[in-house]
Amino acid sequence: MPVFYGKHIASPLMLGTAQYPSPAILADAFRASNAGIATVSLRREAGGGQDFLRLIEGLGAAILPNTAGCHSVKEAVTTAQMARELLGTDWIKLEVIGHSDLLSPDVFALVEAAAELTAQGFKVFPYCTEDLSVAERLLRAGCEVLMPWGAPIGSGLGLNNPHGLRALRAAFPEVPLVVDAGIGRPSHAASAMELGYDAVLLNTAVAKAGDPVAMARAMAQAADAGRAAYLADPIEPREMAAPSTPVIGKAFLQ
Amino acid sequence: MKLTINGERRELDAATVAEALAALDMGDARVATALNGDFVPVSARADTALSPGDALEIVAPMQGG
Repeated sequence: MPVFYGKHIASPLMLGTAQYPSPAILADAFRASNAGIATVSLRREAGGGQDFLRLIEGLGAAILPNTAGCHSVKEAVTTAQMARELLGTDWIKLEVIGHSDLLSPDVFALVEAAAELTAQGFKVFPYCTEDLSVAERLLRAGCEVLMPWGAPIGSGLGLNNPHGLRALRAAFPEVPLVVDAGIGRPSHAASAMELGYDAVLLNTAVAKAGDPVAMARAMAQAADAGRAAYLADPIEPREMAAPSTPVIGKAFLQ
Repeated sequence: MKLTINGERRELDAATVAEALAALDMGDARVATALNGDFVPVSARADTALSPGDALEIVAPMQGG
């Protein structure tokens, strides 16, 4: 099970809290999946914030606030400071968005913000790409976990670059890695875990499913199965068939 | 004085961030504040003076991914 900044988390599933049909379904999705971490945002208080705070604090999951929607270092740092005070955690899911259509990370600003936040005592979970040199700079900036995207946020496309994700896993065997964003189906979650990733973070795939609670459970089962498969050392694929039934001893019937 | 609070221009009788929150009935709410883009911690609210035209952001945890 994943360990982030020394904290043991009981599930490889990290779940967002947005877009559910109702607060009750959100709570049921967390109960059904036993997700270990819940991500939240900070938004202008318009009356609903206090109830939502009570709801998420009752989920039994560790809370990971995000800087979603921030496009600059300054915005992201101020948001992180507000989140730390409000939620009493120094964890921050650092998003610095570079492109508004793809919601892809601005990796330059990301590294800068990560260094600044680490200097201020934050434990940074950066939403990044699978680029190895970006990863290296984030680690140098003080990050002890990396969260590369599988595909653009909310797209449900799965793992767009399995090769890149595999290369990142191989390059940093000791660093906790999370596939964040793009997961649409349980098979995507299982694939990420089979690559040796420590966790998956998803939101839309569960919240917008026809039955979010059933999908949350399916995602948790898939993440667990993928992890178990990784630890069980899967076989390597091969081009040609190899009979699984012994050839020796077959009766000669012609 | 005239302030911009969460993006909305308002007239508020408040000299500090703490007074602004009280005037908005959010004195006891669990919220975080930023003034003109800079974080204002709870401990500094009473001593952080407001000037006309200041932009005050008041946020709470919300749904997020």
